[in-house]
Amino acid sequence: MTTLDIARPQTIGASRDARRWTLERIVVHVALIAFVVLALGPIFVVILNSFKTTPAIFNGPFALPTPETFNLQGYARVLSRGNFFGNYANSLIVTLSSVALTVVFSTLAAYALVEYRIRIVPYLAAFFIVGVMLPIRLGTIPIIKTMVALGIMDTLLSLILVYTAMSIPLAVTLMMTYFRTVPSELKEAARMDGANEWQTFLIALPLVRPGLAAVATVSMLPIWNDLWFPLILAPGRANQTVTLGVQQFVGQFLNDYPALLAALTLGAVPLVLLFTVFSRQFIRGLSQGYGK
Amino acid sequence: MTRPATARWSLFLFVLPALAVYLLFAVVPLFSSIVMSFFDTDGEAGNLFVGLSNYVYLFTQPVVSARFWNALANSAKYFAVHVIVEVPIGLLLAALLTSGVLRRSEGVYRTLLFIPATLSVVIVGFIWRLIINPLWGLVGFPLLGNPSTALTTISLMSVWQYVGIPMVFLYSALLAVPNDLVEASRLDGASPWRIFWDIKFPLIVPQFGLIVILTFIWTFNGFDLVFALNGSAPGPNYSTDILGTFFYRSFFGSSGQVADLDIGATVATVIFTIMLLVTGGYFWLVQRRLRAHMV
Repeated sequence: MTTLDIARPQTIGASRDARRWTLERIVVHVALIAFVVLALGPIFVVILNSFKTTPAIFNGPFALPTPETFNLQGYARVLSRGNFFGNYANSLIVTLSSVALTVVFSTLAAYALVEYRIRIVPYLAAFFIVGVMLPIRLGTIPIIKTMVALGIMDTLLSLILVYTAMSIPLAVTLMMTYFRTVPSELKEAARMDGANEWQTFLIALPLVRPGLAAVATVSMLPIWNDLWFPLILAPGRANQTVTLGVQQFVGQFLNDYPALLAALTLGAVPLVLLFTVFSRQFIRGLSQGYGK
Repeated sequence: MTRPATARWSLFLFVLPALAVYLLFAVVPLFSSIVMSFFDTDGEAGNLFVGLSNYVYLFTQPVVSARFWNALANSAKYFAVHVIVEVPIGLLLAALLTSGVLRRSEGVYRTLLFIPATLSVVIVGFIWRLIINPLWGLVGFPLLGNPSTALTTISLMSVWQYVGIPMVFLYSALLAVPNDLVEASRLDGASPWRIFWDIKFPLIVPQFGLIVILTFIWTFNGFDLVFALNGSAPGPNYSTDILGTFFYRSFFGSSGQVADLDIGATVATVIFTIMLLVTGGYFWLVQRRLRAHMV
């Protein structure tokens, strides 16, 4: 064991011998760059052309905008004709509220499911974990009936409730893995000092901060991008989210290419930026949450 | 240790908010759908128990049942394209990322390759519709307008978008493969190809199986991309109609189909049963055996 441990750093150093461009390295880089071009190319084409005039879009879809072809008319039309600011506000309210509720509720639940060894706990935990795979959309009809009964059909609140329910299983599953890493000595020491259960929870909380970030990023994406529930639960113009707004705008302006491309760009940019900043937390959250 | 009484009371209070929301807006609706499928809830008599007659309607009414089987077959194709194209490419990308020859660029590639998955399907659908638009000159053939190519085209758009998900899953699994094993066989002169298939892949088979079954669940829940591109009666001639759009029409209605909440609940129950059987069957048969092998 010890020999291996000592030998390893050297073998790694030797086999990956620093910046030597072995054939293997070149092949891996070339393949990955090709896939990156395939993944990002279409997005760039759209962003690029959203800054051009209609004739320029069709004469040279892959040409960079020049001073003659540069044009912000598309953006102007989207912002004046569409309801983009309202849509953004709705998406922000829905996404942030749902994520906040998910983080708070799932953190509380996960703490208890890890902390208390009562007979019912494994069943409760399994009940949440199974939910990760639950096709919640198939319950849409009773959800509509519930929302009508509560008088919150076509409101942002209906979306927030459904999205919180949808995100909780994965969030609880994820947070449980983080709470398991909190040393029990810490919590026992707190209790010895007379802390009640709530105070003990607050002492453990700072140690699971990476988990909170993972839960927040993983739940945010499907909520922001969802089309199904906004379409069914909150289709009114005042409550449209960005995803639904883009869908309808694009349906109405099918021949106004600069406006269409501008709408697509405006719809995509916020989450792409957010994801790029938090990609590490996101990827950790995704693989740990479903990996259970 | 906490006293049992305290523990029970605290557990209840801590779990209650999450459990209540999860039950009320996810679990209960799903199961009330099943109950609803045995009732006629929009008749004048109030809730009337009708036994299996909603199912009889769904499976014997000529147009409805033909549309259902068509949608089921299309969902199966949609899933098949994902399993045949998306999962293997995801595996390839994960293998490249963890091949051990990358340094700092590993994280950069991983982030860039995942970006399409952060877009909304509405945006993905229109990006691709524009790119394959014959006006742009890239493809001179109406891929979306032809019944024999439309579904595969949409499936491939979805694959383009979501390939980052199996990549990230399998990437995390591959990172967990003990380095000692890999280094040992590298010293024995094994090629990267052999190292991957003989050492790394057998260790990530459970995660590979899991991503296949998750892909099944996600694709059988598919709706957004098809709806964004082709609306709720997705043509040409229903050739891109999948279970999600069929379900949507059943309770929302569309030209040529009357909305009926009970039939909608019946469709939901049938889809749920299919998913339950496949997922349950998979976990009982495959995953359990895999676990037994691993131990």
